[in-house]
Amino acid sequence: MALGLPENVFLANLDKLANWVRANSLWPMPFATACCGIELMAVGASRYDIARFGAEVMRFSPRQCDLMIVAGRIVMKMLPVLQRIWLQMPEPKWCISMGACASSGGVFDTYAVVQGIDRFIPVDLYIPGCPPRPEQLIQAVLDLQEKIRKTGTLAGREFQQRTQPNIPQLLPAPPSDRIVAPGDYTTATQRWPGDDRSSSSCSRRPLPQVN
Amino acid sequence: MIPYEQIIGHLRQLPGCNDIQYSSFRDNHRLVVPKDCIYTVLQRLKDDFNFDMLIDITAVDYLHYPDARHRFGVVYCLLNTQTGQRLIVKTNLDEPDLQLPSAFSLWKAADWLEREVYDMFGIVFEGHPDLRRILMPETFTDYPLRKDYPLRGRGERHDFPVISRAES
Repeated sequence: MALGLPENVFLANLDKLANWVRANSLWPMPFATACCGIELMAVGASRYDIARFGAEVMRFSPRQCDLMIVAGRIVMKMLPVLQRIWLQMPEPKWCISMGACASSGGVFDTYAVVQGIDRFIPVDLYIPGCPPRPEQLIQAVLDLQEKIRKTGTLAGREFQQRTQPNIPQLLPAPPSDRIVAPGDYTTATQRWPGDDRSSSSCSRRPLPQVN
Repeated sequence: MIPYEQIIGHLRQLPGCNDIQYSSFRDNHRLVVPKDCIYTVLQRLKDDFNFDMLIDITAVDYLHYPDARHRFGVVYCLLNTQTGQRLIVKTNLDEPDLQLPSAFSLWKAADWLEREVYDMFGIVFEGHPDLRRILMPETFTDYPLRKDYPLRGRGERHDFPVISRAES
């Protein structure tokens, strides 16, 4: 180069520099609700030591975090909390769905458990496993760093470009939902006069308000 | 310590309570009480026989149960902390009259236990000071532990707004 830069001075694209800084200083928000959270704690502790990858500063305030790690099953009552915390995190931010339950509901295919958080918040990385090995979480952090280095600009324009995800749609309930045990159907729950329960129970709620 | 047979004998003399059924297996003593005199029986057991601790209230849905005659059974587990005697009191309910008198005035422990039974089975406890759902969200309208409620629910678990990258 003709400029003749002095020693220890580098020229770089500002975006690239910002991404380099972001990727190597992830501040995770541990959203741990179940046994995956124990593995998450192990990753934070000395044996696996996520500090080697610059992501050891677990903050319990969403205002100070840029990586949400959802570790464990999310139930109906927890999902509005999860969405609220996600909205409270400042941009740029990323999300790791850790384990089978957070990614798909896992074995908990029941009325109260959300079948995958990616139905309701954006997810950057999925970790399989029940629970995943700590090494898998470390690999996920490395993969996410790679993703951050490749994407992301200083102005955060790529976040505006990401549009509505093509989320999985609600499947029709399979016939196994029906109780087929022998018995007397005459005393089954029936509608009686004055009963105004509707078959679809919850009305659609608005987005949580963030203050 | 008053023997169980003597307790049952006293209870059967109460008005309207003469058809209380009693059975026991090992140290498990069980009463089946008609719905109309459940509060009187619980009150006598607490005041006269010193069953001063309410361990649990729960319910059973007997829909599709072989040879069941009633839809719901509500079960009270009582303990006498002086003598260690335990007693299980059960009463049966059928639709559409799913109402029972609240035991809150006898044992304060009945507060959350009755709210849970109301939440899961839709059994209404009259006289309860604050009968709201305790586990399910307040907007939930079904009763999930009833046998005719599907295991995967009726879509409530997916009834939330979707936050995309663009709007978060």
